[in-house]
Amino acid sequence: MSVQFWTFFFVILTFGLYIGIAIWSRVRSTQDFYVAGKHVPPIANGMATAADWMSAASFISMAGLISFLGRDGAFYLMGWTGGYVLLALLLAPYLRKFGKYTVPDFIGDRYYSHTARLTAVFCAIVISFVYVCGQMQGAGIVFSRFLEVDIVYGVMIGMAIVFFYAVLGGMKGITYTQVAQYCVLIFAFMVPAIFISILMTGQAIPQMGFGSQLTEAFGGGYLLDRLDGLSEQLGFPAYTEGQRSMQDMFFITAALMIGTAGLPHVIIRFFTVPHVRDARRSAGYALIFIAILYTTAPAVAAFARTNLINTVDNVEYSAMPEWFNKWEATGLITFEDRNADGLIQYTGDAATNELDVNRDIMVLANPEIAELPNWVVALVAAGGLAAALSTAAGLLLVISSAVSHDLLKRAYMPEITEKEELLFARMSIFMAVLVAGYFGINPPAYVAQVVAFAFGLAAASFFPAIVMGIFQRRMNRHGAVSGMIAGFSFTALYIIYFRFINPAVDNADNWLFGISPEGIGSLGALLNLLVAWTVCRFTPEPPAEVQALVADIRRPEVD
Amino acid sequence: MPERNDDAYWKANIRLVLSLLAVWFIVSFGAGILLVEVLDNIRMGGFKFGFWMAQQGSIFVFIVLIFVYINRMDKLDERYRRSGSDREDSMQ
Repeated sequence: MSVQFWTFFFVILTFGLYIGIAIWSRVRSTQDFYVAGKHVPPIANGMATAADWMSAASFISMAGLISFLGRDGAFYLMGWTGGYVLLALLLAPYLRKFGKYTVPDFIGDRYYSHTARLTAVFCAIVISFVYVCGQMQGAGIVFSRFLEVDIVYGVMIGMAIVFFYAVLGGMKGITYTQVAQYCVLIFAFMVPAIFISILMTGQAIPQMGFGSQLTEAFGGGYLLDRLDGLSEQLGFPAYTEGQRSMQDMFFITAALMIGTAGLPHVIIRFFTVPHVRDARRSAGYALIFIAILYTTAPAVAAFARTNLINTVDNVEYSAMPEWFNKWEATGLITFEDRNADGLIQYTGDAATNELDVNRDIMVLANPEIAELPNWVVALVAAGGLAAALSTAAGLLLVISSAVSHDLLKRAYMPEITEKEELLFARMSIFMAVLVAGYFGINPPAYVAQVVAFAFGLAAASFFPAIVMGIFQRRMNRHGAVSGMIAGFSFTALYIIYFRFINPAVDNADNWLFGISPEGIGSLGALLNLLVAWTVCRFTPEPPAEVQALVADIRRPEVD
Repeated sequence: MPERNDDAYWKANIRLVLSLLAVWFIVSFGAGILLVEVLDNIRMGGFKFGFWMAQQGSIFVFIVLIFVYINRMDKLDERYRRSGSDREDSMQ
């Protein structure tokens, strides 16, 4: 049976499952809508958090990025997992103890201020919108490449599905669909990885295959040694050597870690469990579930890179397998026979290189490159969609609750009833889906760049404000608000300057302390802390009831 | 009395968090970035050790850290919850 058949089969099967869950999990109260009634068991919350967190970028792009970055790809791997240590130790249990619905809830109550609440609402909405557009676009790409559906219809189908379970079930619907989506995406990621690992190294566990010897058919010797050799032979830097400066690596990793811990759609997942100890547990489970993919990704990266070089280098263009032409048609692979010898020269030297490979290919076409069965190839589409839709839903809920709960109920229309608030929540999800869909169909040219934005902003605004709110009883609203504004503006301006206003000077010579815009969020966070601490010293301490709130957050939970 | 009890719980908590964060920093920023070249001189099967720490090893350590934290905090909660309720009893 054809790849096309299997792709439709898996996509329809999984979408049917998501819709079934949506109907089963309809909700009637705001508590259910915002935090799934706080009834989610920690294991389920761990899976939901993993799906919430692992986006189209983790699933489709990350392994490919690593396979072109070599060792430097570690900043994604460590940055996007190390943040969970910060979440588990510094944020999750305390925010659960606080026990309300949203991140602006905490900021607004802890810093007893309208300005603080509104600043937090603004940050939450900006961060989440930037992210959700990328997800819709990811869903559109999968639809158009695998199902040959027009990208517009692809995005619309994705929107319709998300809309259905997010509006009906709120957080409860989203949580249980995310559990299902985690299972789909991890299966879809692992099956090809295991196949390829067995094929190339005889090891069934890709994490082990990564450090094993290649089989005779692939030339023997350790995989990584072979890859280093191949890379250097073609004029690329050795795979296991770093290219970026140490301080840039340091700051990017830090920014991704702190940003991860400060992302509102991840933080609110910890509001959904029954107890404080469950919040700690779910962070642990979430990291295990994430690590399954994140420790496989570098192995996939190395397998795919080796395989690609073996398949194309100095081989006749006319002898290329079917997948090569198929992906050429999408523009993700381009070949230009510069010296007209009919062979493909793939080199690290821009003057002689004839092949350009988009990094997304490494995951999307990897099963085809390794000649795996059709049903395995088809799985990738269902997995990519699960990753994109699960993250989109979590982000949409943040936007919706920021509008209906923080902006309307808590700030401007406190008199509305619970029923009205629920209606507003559903309406704002509806609006958010439409806007996200619009940007999915008409993506701004700089989607990839603005992701750095989301992390930088989360790192420089939320993370320090929340951590100080918990660990510094003396921190007051003057300090927190000026810190958030300083960190946020510094980071935003730095990124906007180098990415949009003056991209020509976006290189290590001009960067502040050699820190690239991707890593500047960590400096922004530091600035936030410094400003907050300084301002706080010269302004009155917070009122007694706020200090009592902090004391209560720190006390062990009584069942 | 209650003040002091809360303080002791909080201090124990901070000690635990700081020591776990120290390990977190050493394995990721230390082994994976700052010392990666030095550690690369050590071979571990098909891996150079620094490279492995940067791309896989640190992630395994992160998981262990969170579970150590879960375990210790459960015990700490248990101990201070009990002494907390004693306190309420004695006040009655």
